[in-house]
Parts: sequence; C-alpha cells; structure tokens
Amino acid sequence: MFGTGLLKGLGVTLKHTLETFADDRGKVPDRYRDSIELGQGRRIINQPIDQEGLLTIQYPEEKRQLPERFRYIPMLIWDSEKNEDRCTACGICAKVCPPQCIWIVRDSDANGKPVTRPAEFYIDAAVCMSCSFCVEFCPFDAIKMNHDYELAVFDRYPQLVYDMEELTVPLEYYAALWPEQYAVEQEKRAKDEEEKKAQDEAKAKAAAAKAAAAAAKPAAAPAASSGGAKLSRAEELKRKAQERAAAKAGGDGESVPSPAASAAAADGEVDAKKARMEELKRKAQERARQRKAEAGE
Amino acid sequence: MSATLVAEAPDQTQTGTLADVLPGVLGTTSDDTDKAYLVAADKILDALAYLRDKEGYDFLSSVTCVDYQGYNGKQRKGISERFDVVYHLYSTKKGGGHVVLHAPIPSNDTIASATSLFPGANLQEREVYDLYGIKFEGHPNLRRILLWDGFNGHPMRKDWKEAYFDEDSKPFRSRHPKGSYEFHEDKLPWGKNATYPAGWDPDTWQAPVAYVPVSQAPKHLGEAHLDTESIVVNLGPHHPSTHGVFRMLTRIEGETILALEPEMGYLHRNHEKIGERNTYLMNMPFTDRLDYLNSMSNNWGYALAVEKLTGIEVPERAEYIRVIMAEFTRFVNHTWSIGFILNDLGALQTPALYAIEEREMILDLFEEVSGARLMCNYLRFGGVVRDLTAGWLTKARYLANDRLPRALDELDRMLTDNEILMARGRGVGYLPAEDLISLSVSGPMIRAAGVAYDIRKAEPYGVYDRFDFEIPTLPHSDIYDRYYIRLLEARQSVRILQQALADIPGGETVGFGDYASATLSQGFGSIMGGKGGYNLRPPEGEAYARVESPKGELGFYIASDGKPNPWRYHVRSPCYINLNALGPMSVGYKLADAVVILGAIDIVLGEVDR
Ligand code: SF4
Ligand code: SF4
Repeated sequence: MFGTGLLKGLGVTLKHTLETFADDRGKVPDRYRDSIELGQGRRIINQPIDQEGLLTIQYPEEKRQLPERFRYIPMLIWDSEKNEDRCTACGICAKVCPPQCIWIVRDSDANGKPVTRPAEFYIDAAVCMSCSFCVEFCPFDAIKMNHDYELAVFDRYPQLVYDMEELTVPLEYYAALWPEQYAVEQEKRAKDEEEKKAQDEAKAKAAAAKAAAAAAKPAAAPAASSGGAKLSRAEELKRKAQERAAAKAGGDGESVPSPAASAAAADGEVDAKKARMEELKRKAQERARQRKAEAGE
Repeated sequence: MSATLVAEAPDQTQTGTLADVLPGVLGTTSDDTDKAYLVAADKILDALAYLRDKEGYDFLSSVTCVDYQGYNGKQRKGISERFDVVYHLYSTKKGGGHVVLHAPIPSNDTIASATSLFPGANLQEREVYDLYGIKFEGHPNLRRILLWDGFNGHPMRKDWKEAYFDEDSKPFRSRHPKGSYEFHEDKLPWGKNATYPAGWDPDTWQAPVAYVPVSQAPKHLGEAHLDTESIVVNLGPHHPSTHGVFRMLTRIEGETILALEPEMGYLHRNHEKIGERNTYLMNMPFTDRLDYLNSMSNNWGYALAVEKLTGIEVPERAEYIRVIMAEFTRFVNHTWSIGFILNDLGALQTPALYAIEEREMILDLFEEVSGARLMCNYLRFGGVVRDLTAGWLTKARYLANDRLPRALDELDRMLTDNEILMARGRGVGYLPAEDLISLSVSGPMIRAAGVAYDIRKAEPYGVYDRFDFEIPTLPHSDIYDRYYIRLLEARQSVRILQQALADIPGGETVGFGDYASATLSQGFGSIMGGKGGYNLRPPEGEAYARVESPKGELGFYIASDGKPNPWRYHVRSPCYINLNALGPMSVGYKLADAVVILGAIDIVLGEVDR
C-alpha cells in the first residue's frame, strides 16, 4: 500500500523517541548509569552496550570514558621513583615510527662522549599517525600513549611539534591512564631487577676477588609497587585516573601536565614557544648541514 | 544458492602443466613463494586469451607493474628488461588459486592492452600508465588517471623522487642520534617544489575538453522533430553524493545519460610508493587508511600477504579473533552502505543514522581492544597485537546474539518493501553477470547478479572453512538487489560471528602478559604468537594474497628482494576496480540514478585513490 514505508519509518523514529522518553523518566537515565558526574551537566559517560533510545553524547559537555588502550599521541615517562627520564635515547622508536615523526638528539657528557640520555626529543604531532609502534617497541617503557585528544591549536609549526618538555609526564600520570598495563609492567620490572640483582650477587660470589668491587656498585632501587598486579590496585589507579580526568574536564586547568594544557596557555607562552621553535629549526638546519658534510653528500 | 566452490591447484590443466601449453611462455619464476609464468610481451594477449577460453580463468583480478631497475636479487638473473607487467587471473567458475603472468618489457616500450579481452583492465592499465609510464596499445582511453596532466614523471619508477625526498628507505638516518631533521617547509618553500614536464606551461594549460566517450552510449535514436543537444555535466568533485572527492563526468541528453566517465585522484597520496619506502611492519597502519571504514580487513589482507611470503604461522586464537573482527567490520560496512544507498535515494540522513547505530557499539569494542575506532592497526604478522580485554567476549556475544540480528530485522522491516526503494531500485543500473565479471567487478556487486563467488569459500583463508555459512545471491543485478544483498550478507556475518564467538579457543581468558610492550611480550610486537619485528626480512620472491573485504576482493601484491623494505607493494583495491562498471551501468538511465548507482557500488575514496 502506498505510504506504508513512510509510516514504518516514522514508527521507528517514534520507537526511539519513546525509548528515550522512558529512559529520561528514570531518576538516573540508563545512558548515564555508569558515568562520572561533574556537575553543571558535565559528565564522563560510560555508555552501556545495551543502551536503547538516545545514543548521542553531548560533546564537549559530555565526554566518553576512554578505554585504557586508547591511543593518541605519545608521551615520555619521567620516572618519579628514580627521578630520571626513562628514555635512554636508544632511538628504536625513531626507527620504527612509520611516518618518521620522532627525532632525537642524544646527549653527550663534557668530553663529547655519548650518554644514554636524550638531549632533545621531538614528536611532530601533526604527522604522528597514532599507530603506537613507538610504544610497542621501546625496550625501556619510556614512551607511552597519552589519552589527551583535545590538541587543537592555531599554527602547526610552532605548536604541534612537541619538545621534550611538553612530552614528558610523571609516572603517576601514566599509571592513572593505563592502570592495568602499569601494574603488570611494574611487577615485571621489579622481577627483572631482582633477577638482575640475583645475577649480580651470583657473579659476586663466583668471583670472590671482585666481590668488594661488585658490592660497591650502587644497589638497584627497590621496586615501588609491591602489590603488583592485584586487581584492587588497578582499580584504585583507575579511580585516580577518573578523578584526574574529572578534574581536567571540570576546567581546573593546571592539574594535568599535557600538551593540550600548554597549547591552551596564554599568548606569552605561545610567543616563547615560537622563539624556541625558531631556535630549534636553526639548530636542526645546522645539524643537517653538518651531517651532510660528514657523509660527503 | 549454488554449490560450494572448491579450491584446487591452479597450475594443473587438462593437458598437463600450464608452462607447456601457455602461448609465449619464456619460463617460470622460482616457486618458493608465488609461482609466476614469464610470458613474452608480444604474446601476452594470446596467453590471456588461452587462459580465459581454455582454462576458465575468466576474472582478471589485478594488472600492475614492477620496476626492476637496480634489483639485485637472484630472480632477475638473465632478464634484462626493466619492467614487468604483472597479471593475476582467477576463475570464478572453479574457484581456487591464481595464475600469475609476468610480461617483461624494456623501458619506454609498449605492450598490447588487455582491454579487448578483459574490459576490466581499463582502469588498472591507466593506473600503470600513469604511475609507470608504460603505454598500452589499443587501450580505448589511455590518459593519466590519478595524477593530473601537468605532473612531471611517473612516480612509481624507482628513479623518481618526491618533492620532500629524504632517503630511499626508512628508517631515515636524520632522525637519530643527531636529530638533524629538516623541516619540510624550509627545504622546499611553497612554489619551489613543483616541476613540470618538458615543454609544459602551467599558465597556458587548459584542462582538456572533457573526454566522454560517446561509444558507451546506446544507439541514439533521437527524435527528428526535437532539436536536442547533448551536454557535458560534472557531478562532483564536491558533492555529497560522490562519497568523497570524486567526479563523474557525464554526457547527458535531457536527463538521460549517454556516457559517463569516473574521474578520480583527488585523494591520491601514492600509497604504494610510501609502502616501498616503509619497512614491512610500517605498512600496517598505512593500510588502515585505505578503506577507512574497514581497517580490520585491510590489515588482514596485508598480514596475509606477508605471512604467505615469509611462511609465518598464526595461532588458533588469533585466527578466530581475526575472523571476529573482520565480520564485525563487514557488518559495519554493510549497514553503512545500506544507510547511504538510502541517503542517495533522497531519504536524507534518517535511515542512515538508524542503520549505523550499532556501528557505534562495534567501534566501542574495536577501541577497547585496539585503542582506536577507525585506524585500528590491530593485526600483526602472525597474529594480532594484543589479546582481547576482560569482558570483551561477553559484550561481543551480546551484540552478535541479540542486538545485531535485531537491528537487521528492523532495517529489513523498515526498508525491504519500501516503495521508494522499489520504485527507484528495481531494474536500475542493470548489468549482466558476465559483463560484471569481465569488468573485474567483485564482492556484493557480483553476488547481486547471481554469481556465488566469495573468496571465503572459493579460496578460504584464515579459519573460514570451519564456519557454517552461505553465500547469498540475488538474480536481478540492480540497485534493489545490491541493497538487499548487503542485508543478507550482514546476516551471514552475524551467523559467522555467533559461531566464532562461541568456539574461540581459550574463551574469556586474559593473559596479563599480552600487552603491546617490548618489555612484556615474548618479542617485539609479537603478542599473539607471531614473529616479525620492525626489521622483518622476507625471503626473495613475491606473493599475492586476497581477502573478501566487505567491498570485494582486496588483494595485496608484494615483491621482496630480501631487504627490510618491500621492493614492490601493490594494493588491488576493490573500490577502484569496481568503478570500471560505473560507466556501463549508468548509460541509459537518468542523471539522478547515477548517484544511486555509484552509491550501490559502495566506494571509499581513500581506497580508490590510494
Ligand atoms: S623512548 Fe624508548 S625507544 Fe625511544 S629512544 Fe627513548 S628509550 Fe629508546
Ligand atoms: S604513535 Fe606511531 S606515528 Fe606516532 S610517534 Fe609513535 S610510532 Fe610515530
């Protein structure tokens, strides 16, 4: 019959409307069931998979809760337990990066001997394809994926090339974003260090003459999280992550060190960054010339 | 439903091996990997005709070219020609594997066009001409296709360098340890990076008068008393109906299409050249960007090709995960496609939004395991990058057993006997099955024309041979059937999903060791049992692997010279090749129908233009 298609179509729409209406009548609508309330209509939504009716999220007031594995732009880890950058400037991430958007300058000591520490570390976030290879291949857990996706800025060159300062985050920030993986990693790291220690000790015993020298070595730092992979720990960290995210979404700006935070900073900072980038470009050109001269190109 | 096709060895003929009977055979390449027949270039048409008429290889899947300049491997011993034109043929009748022909030709030489035997070679030969500069004699319309006429050189040649050239292969030395990276904007400020072919002046150049072959037109009867005139109309490139930046150059009379020519390349980024600069692993995230609705199946096609080349085994659980991801992807793609066919019919947005509701749920699941909704980058050679998360299977089972079938039922109720779909879809865009096959069309398009050809059955890969599912076919080969076949296929996908989710070995177990991190896993990036770190070096040889992507046959052709970077990396894109049929399908229908005819081919420009 002519017109049934129209009626059916309207019927589907009506069904959705009614479902949403019914949902909204509840004290807490289903779609907000597991979300974190931030007040003033702001919330982090954890949408249930069986959600019926309205499925849309009112971004930017409402945001989705991101899964742990979410990947956006990498960040560098500052090991706050040992007070050092985890990165050793080994360069594996720069080698494996598909669009080659990482470049690293290895640091050197006073005599010009290379040391295992980066002097500069850049990621061109405009080129990064969020593939996460750098994270997968870093042998030192020094680079991880950040969850911060609100990175819009006005200019690409001064602002989207992140330097080490902008990339570096403390270990706790990572632990909060990636609680499960963090827990497993810490456990593994603790085990590795113990093994290493045991090996060292075995060596020390075997070579009794060198025992004194071996003992004089600075002892490995004690592992931090003894609890390891216990789920309660993971849950606690997850809660912390949510609190952090909540604090950030609440507009309480300075709490999370992240590229976005600095990108959103005042004009003065932007100018300072521009100056830094000019300097960076000048240095890069110089080094390129030098390399070419060395390579005889 | 026709009988299941059974795979059989491709080089067995009625009269012995192909090498003995194929006209013009010069020899075969080594058969560690894919075996290819070297055929004299001037005999290529005879060889193709023989394969088509005597051996039943009726589907010219892929035509491409390899530039062997500077190649040092053993394979090219004694062959002095610089280029090889490579043909991959399949049989839609008997299923099974392929026959590969290599026709060596020297630089700047010509070769006979295969379009007289296989009209489907049309777009692919134009691509080879565009990117390699090989001329095909007898091609009806040999113009550049992806690049514009003022482009200098043929970029896939080994000696061609891009404007921002760094080095021949990654990793680039400038990134570490001195970080002497130069900003591209400083290297080549705007305006200084363009070169033109000799004798070319950009200021006086004018786009050539639209080429719209009237030859496609049905015999034009005309009405003597009406003084009509045919005009050329451009649909696109900026038009919502073109699903991206794509142009349909049409010659119409009144509203009737006399001829139609697809014009593309607006999104061209020379994916294949990037692929040759990359290492094998680096290509994986790039394949996400081909058909960006279906990154999981793109990953699979590529992983399959590399696994074939290197002989990497995939563990059981990873195989199941791959099937699950690929079928979820197919569901997403088909509902999306249904929604947008309706969109193109004028039912703006409403059906499309209902059709893609479940897509959000599926993308949530993808994001949970892989970290991204669209650019999943989830597969690796020999497996997938990480195991499923805790609780993932429960959610997936809820979708597969409950929500997805319900959504399909609703779409079916809402749309299948909809008057508009009937009135505008029935009998529109008809092309008989034989024409579609000779035009190298694959996927739902040929199944809507009654050809039960599906790679999952014809040449099963992964663990598809373990599932109980059917290849739906419909007889009419029109817009309506192309809509409905997608619904039917989505139902089969759900059926496969239900089985795979029930049978997956290991079930809900989650190993905490299964993280993508070099310090935690068994090896670099090799989480679910695979090998292949970032410096994987496959043995010398070549491989072509294909999957039944939601849009058709997605193939990856890889030639290796034993180095960490592929010598040749070619994507056989179903979207691109299916466009062969766009012109012939549209002729004789109204201009408004062309929009839906394009919509029902279901293209994604990321894959068309590459
Ligand atoms: S981030 Fe990791 S891979 Fe990259 S240089 Fe530092 S230690 Fe090496
Ligand atoms: S995520 Fe991928 S593209 Fe981005 S910096 Fe890491 S390796 Fe490079």
